[in-house]
Amino acid sequence: MHLAYPAVLAVLLFCTGLYGVLARRNAILVLMSVELMLNAVNLNLVAFDVWLRDTLHAGQALTLFTIAIAAAEIGIGLAIVLLVYRNRGSSDIDRLRDLAERPDGTDADGTPQPDTKAEATA
Amino acid sequence: MTLAATAAGHGFLSPTGVEIAFLLVGIGTLGAAVITVTTRQLVHAALWLVVALGGVAVEYLLLTAEFIAWVQVLIYVGSVVVLLLFGLMLTKAPIGRSPDADSGNRWAALVVALAAAAALVWVVVDAFRATWIDFGGAVQGSAEASGRSLFQYWVLPFEALSVLLLAALVGAIVLSRRGGEGRAPAAALKDGAARVFGAPATTPREEQR
Repeated sequence: MHLAYPAVLAVLLFCTGLYGVLARRNAILVLMSVELMLNAVNLNLVAFDVWLRDTLHAGQALTLFTIAIAAAEIGIGLAIVLLVYRNRGSSDIDRLRDLAERPDGTDADGTPQPDTKAEATA
Repeated sequence: MTLAATAAGHGFLSPTGVEIAFLLVGIGTLGAAVITVTTRQLVHAALWLVVALGGVAVEYLLLTAEFIAWVQVLIYVGSVVVLLLFGLMLTKAPIGRSPDADSGNRWAALVVALAAAAALVWVVVDAFRATWIDFGGAVQGSAEASGRSLFQYWVLPFEALSVLLLAALVGAIVLSRRGGEGRAPAAALKDGAARVFGAPATTPREEQR
């Protein structure tokens, strides 16, 4: 098999995940897009391991490690998302801007923004 | 592998059966991934993610990495997507179309993704256009070969990773268990770490573990 097939598929999957991370608003959808990006990396690792015929099987071992780290990441990520949802009533990542720097120098405790006021009542 | 000897018998215009199968499954996988990141129904996004991850598992099988393929089915399709569905339910995701699923910067995101795709595809195709994978010889990814290399050469990273996974799961439980009424999350975190194993399984997070 030509090596370009899995490599190009991995590139396209990665860029799909990249679009999802940048464009999605719900935090759980962002986590799904991160999973797509990790799968693209895994596909590359497996393809290059099969191509190089590595005696240590480094590609496949690292793929297993990546899958385990992705499982840990999704657990922690969902726990954080649930905690944010419980405290704020929303899991939209572009509404969580308490730590954002405003261009005019004011911050959240100086002049409360409309977003934080809405989240405090939620 | 000797590149010239193997490249002589291959060509772009005479794809083998494995290549055709890989291409078809890859188109399906990519389509499912695109629907996952563009659909406006949140639960449908998780279900299309199942299709995409299952397609990747089939690609692993076509690349003769069977152990990785079954691990992919077990971990991703079996547990990660179920966790994501639980997360969608616990954050009261709307059933049906939600018009604000995409944020305001989706056109900038589309431009960035297309530029990255164009650049990476160009680089990858230019680098590997004369490279073929040889499937002859011993199977690379059987369970025996993977297990042998994993427990001969990769034992120490494997054990370190198991400790990391345990720490991450304990951390997830501690983060998401509900404290007493009216307590700050920091206080719940502080004694939650001490009582995590003896806590009653009443929070939704622990039921799904």
